[in-house]
Amino acid sequence: MNILEVNDLSKVFNLHILNNKKIEALTDINFTMQEGEIIGLTGKSGSGKSSLMKCIYRTYLASTGEIIYTSKDGGLDLVKADDHRVIELRKTEINYCSQFLSVIPRVTAVDVVCENLFRIEKDKQVARDKAKQMLEELALPGELFDAFPVTFSGGEQQRINVARAIIASPRFLLIDEPTASLDARTKDVVIDMILGLKQNGTSVLCISHDEYTLERLCDRRIDLQFGRINEVEVVE
Amino acid sequence: MAFNEDNWLLRVRNLTKIYGEPNERTLDLTGPEFGSNICPETESIVACANISFDLYPGEVLGIVGESGSGKSTVVKMLYFDLEKTFGAAWLKPYNNGLLDILKESNQRKRYIRNNLMGMVYQNPRDGLNFGFSSGGNIAEKLIMAGQMNVANIRERASDLLNKTEVPVQRMDNRPGTFSGGMQQRVQISKAIANNPPLLFLDEVTTGLDVSVQAKVLDLIRELQTYLGIAMIVVSHDLSVIRMLTDRVMVMKNGRIVESGLTDQILQDPQHEYSQLLVSSLL
Repeated sequence: MNILEVNDLSKVFNLHILNNKKIEALTDINFTMQEGEIIGLTGKSGSGKSSLMKCIYRTYLASTGEIIYTSKDGGLDLVKADDHRVIELRKTEINYCSQFLSVIPRVTAVDVVCENLFRIEKDKQVARDKAKQMLEELALPGELFDAFPVTFSGGEQQRINVARAIIASPRFLLIDEPTASLDARTKDVVIDMILGLKQNGTSVLCISHDEYTLERLCDRRIDLQFGRINEVEVVE
Repeated sequence: MAFNEDNWLLRVRNLTKIYGEPNERTLDLTGPEFGSNICPETESIVACANISFDLYPGEVLGIVGESGSGKSTVVKMLYFDLEKTFGAAWLKPYNNGLLDILKESNQRKRYIRNNLMGMVYQNPRDGLNFGFSSGGNIAEKLIMAGQMNVANIRERASDLLNKTEVPVQRMDNRPGTFSGGMQQRVQISKAIANNPPLLFLDEVTTGLDVSVQAKVLDLIRELQTYLGIAMIVVSHDLSVIRMLTDRVMVMKNGRIVESGLTDQILQDPQHEYSQLLVSSLL
């Protein structure tokens, strides 16, 4: 079953305040994604990887085309879906993990991580325990659990970001550079966690520049160049 | 839980407020494309026009825009502080959403306000009675909603003050003796005293210093995460909007120029005015 079907997608930014300057970010994007598949998005900086991901998450409004997502309740076009429907899907099925943690002020590491799970579990203690367990696996120093992530190092913030995104086992995960600032051992932990999600049926779209991460994770790779699909490669 | 379109909590259609005597061209001659909300023919002022939206349970909707864009007018009409000129609103928990609440009698409006809504104003003097103690202010709201037992009322008041981190021993002091941040937290306690499904927040952190602002925002986030109260947050501060809301409406000259998911409005604003607003963000 296809979990995602992207048809003729394009994105043009129309900057009214810069004399209507137009920036073409994506052109003619077409691909499908199977349920439980992990697709790696590759390409140089500025090739449109993050723009594509943000169009799918609806942070960007696509200019043309459709993004058909098969939710638990049936298919819908994420380009045109009602805001409330998208909010609901974000709370229950689709999760986006950005490249950098956008910290919420004065919320501790554990509370940042457990928030998505709390929405489903409704038991704060259960959610916090699971969050702690994940942060332990990711080797985050214990004394940081109840500290505010704003002061953490890049690698520490990234682990929190990843844990936050996957704690509630989303059905569809969009993840941007999950291993970029991690050491080799932690990188493996993150990769194993994502593979664990896949085993439970999660579909993952993953942006990475790291050959090792891509090799271990991906079933297929889509390479972007100047906002277009350059090549689709099936990984053996 | 599957998404259900009929599950809305608050439905608002064509809500409009005009001061003065409009003519039939007033709405056509005002708005963002004219850069003004004053009708050139009648000099009537269109505070806001044709505001329509649905709010779902637990959803947090932001309204942003510059001073005078009509943000506060919208919530003040919905909280019955101002009379509407046109428009209608329905609230699901009131008669299953079948009656336009803006058309109800004053007595019914008082019932709705005391049981189903809460309001936190920018100025604590608008939301609190400075002649009563802080506990008395909360008690007032509970009594208006029909509670009679004094011991229960006192217990609930101290519980609320505790939750909002106002020292309970100051329950019998008047809000005039409190700091601005504490007054704001007493106002929030009062607003949520009857567990309303809907809370309006009108520029609640404006004018507070940063660390006090932080405490108030933390409290609001707690209410969202752990009580799931739906909120309409009016603010001109985009960082407050980013932190608190799921969805946002951008207003200019009394009209909604754009609405969407908060991250979409902040990262991919479509309207010229929203682009200007976002590009001014620090």
